[in-house]
Amino acid sequence: MKALPVTKILVLAVVAIIALAPTIAPAFYVTLLNYIGLYSLVALGLVLLTGVAGQTSFGQAAFVGLGAYTTAVHTTQYGWSPWLTLIVALAITLTVGYLLGLITLSMGGHYLPLATIAWGMSLYFLMGTIEQFGGFTGITGIPPVSLFGFSLEKEDHFYYFIWIVVLAALWAVANLLDSRPGRAIRALKQGTTMVEAFGVHPGRTKTAVFVIAAVLACLSGWLYAHLQRFVNPTPFGINQGIEYLFMAVIGGAVSVWGAVLGATFVTLLKTWLQDLLPKIIGEAGQFEIIVFGILLVLILQYARDGLMPFLQRFVPVAKRALPDAGDRLQHRAMPPADEPVLTVEEARKTFGGLVAVSDVTFNVNAREVVGLIGPNGAGKSTCFNLISGALEATSGSIKFMGQELIGQPASAISKLGLARTFQHVKLVATMTVVENVALGAYLRGSKGIIASALRLNKVDEAAALAEAMRQLERVGLAEHAHDAASSLPLGKQRVVEIARALASDPILLLLDEPAAGLRFAEKQQLAALIKTLKGEGVTVLLVEHDMDFVMGLVDRLVVLNFGQKLAQGLPEVVQADPAVREAYLGA
Amino acid sequence: MDATIAALLTQDGLTNGSIYCLLALALVLVFAVTRVIFVPQGEFVAFSALTLAAFEQNKLPGTVWLLLALAAVAAFADVLSRWREPKRMLRSIAGTSLPSALAALLVWGVASAQMAFSIQVLTTIAAVTAMGPAVYRLAFQPIANATVLTLLIVSVAVHFVLTGLGLLFFGAEGVRTTAFTSASFTLGSVSISGQSLLVYAFTIFLVIAMAVFFKFTLFGKALRATAANRTGARLVGISPNFAGSLSITLSAAIGAVSGLLIGPIATIYYDSGFLIGLKGFVGAIVGGLASYPIAAGGAIFVGLVESFSSFWASAYKEVIVFTLIIPVLLWRSLTTTHHEEE
Repeated sequence: MKALPVTKILVLAVVAIIALAPTIAPAFYVTLLNYIGLYSLVALGLVLLTGVAGQTSFGQAAFVGLGAYTTAVHTTQYGWSPWLTLIVALAITLTVGYLLGLITLSMGGHYLPLATIAWGMSLYFLMGTIEQFGGFTGITGIPPVSLFGFSLEKEDHFYYFIWIVVLAALWAVANLLDSRPGRAIRALKQGTTMVEAFGVHPGRTKTAVFVIAAVLACLSGWLYAHLQRFVNPTPFGINQGIEYLFMAVIGGAVSVWGAVLGATFVTLLKTWLQDLLPKIIGEAGQFEIIVFGILLVLILQYARDGLMPFLQRFVPVAKRALPDAGDRLQHRAMPPADEPVLTVEEARKTFGGLVAVSDVTFNVNAREVVGLIGPNGAGKSTCFNLISGALEATSGSIKFMGQELIGQPASAISKLGLARTFQHVKLVATMTVVENVALGAYLRGSKGIIASALRLNKVDEAAALAEAMRQLERVGLAEHAHDAASSLPLGKQRVVEIARALASDPILLLLDEPAAGLRFAEKQQLAALIKTLKGEGVTVLLVEHDMDFVMGLVDRLVVLNFGQKLAQGLPEVVQADPAVREAYLGA
Repeated sequence: MDATIAALLTQDGLTNGSIYCLLALALVLVFAVTRVIFVPQGEFVAFSALTLAAFEQNKLPGTVWLLLALAAVAAFADVLSRWREPKRMLRSIAGTSLPSALAALLVWGVASAQMAFSIQVLTTIAAVTAMGPAVYRLAFQPIANATVLTLLIVSVAVHFVLTGLGLLFFGAEGVRTTAFTSASFTLGSVSISGQSLLVYAFTIFLVIAMAVFFKFTLFGKALRATAANRTGARLVGISPNFAGSLSITLSAAIGAVSGLLIGPIATIYYDSGFLIGLKGFVGAIVGGLASYPIAAGGAIFVGLVESFSSFWASAYKEVIVFTLIIPVLLWRSLTTTHHEEE
């Protein structure tokens, strides 16, 4: 995909400034830029972890310390090459990050930030007490890095090394976010039910993001040790951890360049305040912390999403070229007509003493459209959630294509060829329509995080986007492909959900109240779409309580009331059933 | 360790734990109503102790300048944002700037007339409480509906500003206020200080007072309604700004009382509030920022852990407190079910 021209020019300009800086800027600013580069790496990890995946961490400084101390100890005391210690540091960070992620990421809500404070403090203290680490005085005499026999001892030379690493990291993270695993990461904030329904494992994805952020922090620490040639525990404490979070949030924790902007802004602001204020006010005090704090508050009040989104408003957004629609992904074999697809037998779900679904039995055959209807509170949605795996049935049996579903997680069920929409639309607001739909094809791609970060996923990615485009054309929303999902009206958002479900190439499509909140014309279009899908071989089970919508559409109806099956059969027959009439009209 | 030391440590732990408990309650209150994790809570504690100490030394407390600065900036902000609607502007100024200005006047009067200790105590509480509306108005009201993360960062920034102002107006010296009572009692072989008893009594009193406030008063019910459902509360006529301001003002009052209670037990510096507040925060988090009784229990647990670990390994005191928290967090996190928004 081609980048936008304006954005491209801006990026090239920034890279040019970075490349020329040592030749024009005074030495003092080169030093500052070195630190900005190091901070950017950590902030970049936080953009991914906190801004995109929604997991707040105060503990990143501890991972920086892990990288710095690993190389400091091994180069000074064992004479290892910095390149060898880099590998060791990364291996240690991977292990520690994975274990900490495993423990702390299972904590929801506010437990996580506090846990990161807790282990951040513990690791910091550890650095200060272990004798081999030199206590709070630290370790001196760390050798410089040399590259192909060329020593990067001079600060200007190391400057280029740091910024090449930073730019490479920015490139890799931007690639990652614009890919199959990236879409899964960006969807995490939406909650787990939706991503699981498309085969994403939320726990594993979160841990992976946590480890990436830790690795970027470790890399920054390794560079720091060889830039300073000296380490002590101070820069790895909780205060620095808070500052990294500041950088990410002030910069705008949703875009990769926000990390660089935030790191630059916070670093320069602090330096200038420390420099200027005593000159203006004439005495040393904590004036800089007061002014710094007030400025932060003001910035967030006027640009609450950070500086990057604020600035982006002034950059004209050129429309990206639409990807070509195409059918390049593998398809599953669709069952022939009338073969049983879904068999629900005596399914039961109790919540404590309440029986929400009581021994319901019905089946859906291939290429049929079956409606599951009933008055409010009849147990339709619960029944639906049992099938999709969002809830687990208490007893009974639910078989899909001959396989038992009870006990299987939603992600495994979706792998079998079952896709769903949600009663309350669950689209990722920060992604475009086509990206949302491509998330549906998650299980049909295979390229993972590393391949995506290195752009080795071009074929896979193009095929996923082509498939997403094909589904958007199929449902008639192709012209909205690059709109933000949240900008569409509710009716169209529901249709986008259908396209997303279709992108997973389902045998059975589960629609949860697809007509709720739609206007009359939209309902007619929706009914026409469902009929077309049926004609193309898709089997549909839909939950609905709009009788008019259902009547002309479905082949068969299953009526639930108070958790029990009341009737089933052809729409006309069911409609005439006195028991059904009583349930609906109370007569 | 023998029984006497254990009893002494328990007493110490319970005393500190009670103060953390008060702060934990304040943090839960502010978070539930505004979604702000109120990091500057500790500053109110420190400012309160520092104000009373200045009174005792017959000095004009720096609180006067702090209050005047808050009042001036808040009034300026109101004029700037509401000059088109003079009525609303004046109402906002009367609600936020006026209390601070009046409190500054009161502190000045009490300090120059060298009034009695009890009046100094009450003035201290009034002065610190009066900071609440201005802090809310200036920092949080303009971004009341931002994300929890943004609010947290603003909260940390406010903490920086208040700490800096604390150094500016109170100086870097630590203070210790005189104890409210020098009485002490013996229970078997253990002596219990009157000050500790006072702390327990005040904690219990405040916990009960808060329970009564939330259960039986209209304002208390309004705050609970806002905590349960912001939109719903708004629809029945509860202003979210009023609720937010009230919750932070209440937490300032709780901070003020905590500062008075801790002043005679520990030396307080302008920046001592952060660590005290952080431990209250740990207690609050253990309660999931939602349950008052569990938050209170968590805070007392923190006080006890701290007290016992300072006996066994004083250098490791803070670290033990924070490390021991991880398993508790894990346990709390696994036993609380997270409801996903439907």
